[in-house]
Amino acid sequence: MPEEGMEDNKEGEERPKWNNKAEYLLTCIGFAVGLGNVWRFPYLCQIYGGGAFLIPYLIALVFQGLPLLYLELAIGQRLRMGSIGVWNSISPYLGGVGVASMLVSFCVSLFYNTIVAWVLWYLFNSFQEPLPWSQCPLNHNNTGYVEECVESTPVNYFWYRQTLNITPNMETSGSLQWWMVVSLATAWSIVYICFVRGIETIGKAVYVTATFPYLVLTIFLVRALTLPGAYEGLIYLFTPDWEILKNPQVWLDAATQIFFSLSVAFGGLISFSSYNSQKNNCEKDAVLVGVINSATSIYASIPIFAILGFKAHTNYVTCLNGNILALTNEFDISDMNITVENYEQWFDSLNGTHPSRVSDLKLKTCDLQTFLDQSASGTGLAFIVFTEAVISMPGSQVWAVLFFIMLFSLGLSSMFGNLEGILTPLHDLKLVPKWMPNELFTAIICLLLFLMALIFCLGSGNYWLEIFNSYVGSVPFLIIAFFEIIAVAYIYGIGRFSDDLEFMTGHRPNIFWKVCWLVISPLMLFVVLVAYVAVQAQTPPTYAAWNPDYVNFPNTEVLPYPDWVFAICVLLSSVPVISIPLVAIYRLICCMSGRHSKDSLHNNPNPYANEDYVVELLL
Amino acid sequence: MPSLTVPPGAPPILQSLTVPPGAPPILQSLAVTLERMLVRILVLLYLAGAPALAQTLCQPNASNGYRVRISIKTALGNQAYEWNENEMFLFRATMAFAMRRYYKTETYNVDNIIVCNQTRRVSFWFVVISPENPTMLIPKADVEKAVSMSRHRINNAFLLTDRTLEFLGIYPTLAEPVNPDTPPWLIVFGVVIGAVFAGIIALLVSSLLQKRRKEKGMMEDGQDEEDRQMKGVENGINLDGIYNRGFTDDDRFTKL
Repeated sequence: MPEEGMEDNKEGEERPKWNNKAEYLLTCIGFAVGLGNVWRFPYLCQIYGGGAFLIPYLIALVFQGLPLLYLELAIGQRLRMGSIGVWNSISPYLGGVGVASMLVSFCVSLFYNTIVAWVLWYLFNSFQEPLPWSQCPLNHNNTGYVEECVESTPVNYFWYRQTLNITPNMETSGSLQWWMVVSLATAWSIVYICFVRGIETIGKAVYVTATFPYLVLTIFLVRALTLPGAYEGLIYLFTPDWEILKNPQVWLDAATQIFFSLSVAFGGLISFSSYNSQKNNCEKDAVLVGVINSATSIYASIPIFAILGFKAHTNYVTCLNGNILALTNEFDISDMNITVENYEQWFDSLNGTHPSRVSDLKLKTCDLQTFLDQSASGTGLAFIVFTEAVISMPGSQVWAVLFFIMLFSLGLSSMFGNLEGILTPLHDLKLVPKWMPNELFTAIICLLLFLMALIFCLGSGNYWLEIFNSYVGSVPFLIIAFFEIIAVAYIYGIGRFSDDLEFMTGHRPNIFWKVCWLVISPLMLFVVLVAYVAVQAQTPPTYAAWNPDYVNFPNTEVLPYPDWVFAICVLLSSVPVISIPLVAIYRLICCMSGRHSKDSLHNNPNPYANEDYVVELLL
Repeated sequence: MPSLTVPPGAPPILQSLTVPPGAPPILQSLAVTLERMLVRILVLLYLAGAPALAQTLCQPNASNGYRVRISIKTALGNQAYEWNENEMFLFRATMAFAMRRYYKTETYNVDNIIVCNQTRRVSFWFVVISPENPTMLIPKADVEKAVSMSRHRINNAFLLTDRTLEFLGIYPTLAEPVNPDTPPWLIVFGVVIGAVFAGIIALLVSSLLQKRRKEKGMMEDGQDEEDRQMKGVENGINLDGIYNRGFTDDDRFTKL
């Protein structure tokens, strides 16, 4: 740990400190900017009327995202502890909020690093010529291509069969896929090496992981804008459809996107800011991190959609060429007389003269709009749609490697925050035995998480990951954030909090922040929470299964969750947040039974302590 | 007596046209002209009939024929050559080569490949006739095997590929996938995991060494402190003096 500038807390332990402000800011930005900025925001932008979506998004950022961000950074910096310690300090009854944060961070770390492992697998496979997802493999006796691959596409086959080896439904668990276990081990090893010395090594690592994605996005931007079809993709993305603003679903999705994108309520931000010195302007930090996060989302959507436009264009041309070939062969027209440009005229004239022969050919309807509408988000965007686009670009290996390294950096820097949200509270709870060095403790936690994440390496792992993503990574966060803001604004008191902020930043928070913390943000959070739960309750719990024996294969089969799986879903949503009332009740019982709470000042009376001279500092 | 040289393979009717000696000269000259005419007619018929005969052998949807479809512009773009009679000749020669290679004989010739029904697509039908018997067609299966065997050579003769020089009904053999001994991804993985483990060990060892050095330094300091009685607080509570906890500022916890 760095020796200079140690600041003590009352136990006399040394709290680590950031080497410089840049490391702290880059870590927070890296935590906030994650995979969702690249593969969720562009999708939302596209389906919700392009440029018009920016309005609810920015409103949610200003009135909900920034206040929450400022709040978390401020309390972490002032109270200088991880999430559990901080909420215990603010009100022992609300210590459960910290416990809930830690549990949720734990669950998210499990599945988030599995996605990083998938990215690593694709990265390892990008160093081949030709790319393995560009062609179908031959079957056993070399007579033809594998049937499953022929019926779907090589890209789908590589993702569902050669990467996941997915089972047809959730009841069949399948076996552990060794190549996935290997990738997962690599991912956790890389996370561990960055965490070995705590924020000292993290601070060094984020110089690369937080900045590299921007470099790659710029390279892709330049490349993508020169590809044919990029222009159509961008127009499609940014054409504003103002009518969409009347749909409440848009506002809900904008609020949830901002919320999950900023990574609040994980406890990681509190931990990171707790390593700051107290006299640091966290207001500027919060605004900076929030604005950079949103700007990155918007900046990332440009090359993504340029490339998706290119892909749509390529598919359109391929579709047309298939039709052209069919017409040329049927009517023995000279080679290349029908081109993409004059296809319409040829088709009309041939259809006029020989309509029966033309209809027998069963030509496909090729519409550029339909191809542009084939959007995807999440893993589908990265591992299916984007990989297909990369095959058509000259020099595919380079683009594939760059893209997956970028995704890896984004995921890794977010993992730092996730893991920090687990480690710092455990340190603060004094659950670490004194004899155990920090490196060993971190190693044990990483090993434990790796072993638990092996469930995602089974055949049905992807289905479980979707469950974790939807049920853990959504409602618990909203509940935790709501309690956070209520705790600080009403229980801790906005007056006391303003005094703290004046101590740290040098000025009191202005009326905008106060109004947000007191009224607007809790109200918005409450409305979003209720609406989200209502929408989820209305959609029946189903999942999309990849079943080669399905009648409509290659379409995914929509199956309902089995009962025991649905019970697990409900548990996943509720167990983390159940700690909030549990801890409150526990404290209440303890208090009512007359014993003092965990306040060591009272527990260890020191004969030299003259408590009459305890000065009440205005906090 | 002028005797007509009757060709050896001539039909018997010509051979019986030898005029007996002693016939009047006018009969002899008549016989001669008749013979000449017959020979010419038969030769003409033969010459005309052979292609006609061959033409009947080569027909669209012939049972032993194959349809060929060529897309030069698709394959070569700007450097496309024009399909003309010379190219057709090359095709027939290449097919004859393929037949020679398959049967391992040297009897096949350009004449044994007959093409018909050429369209401007460019597409045409062809059949292969046996060199020994001009009326006999080589069966479809044998032609297919011959083409498959020399497909690569045929493609290269025209600078085309399996897709742009199509023999309808003969499917190209699938390309053998390149199967390296070690999958490439394992190599990359090995490099990465080796670097990561080396880094972990290096960092752990260096922090261990740092801690040892710090402990040694603190032990020496501690012995110095025992020698000196009153010393200021460095880290933690100094038990020598009286610590007035009235100055503690740790009362920032909310009282219950």
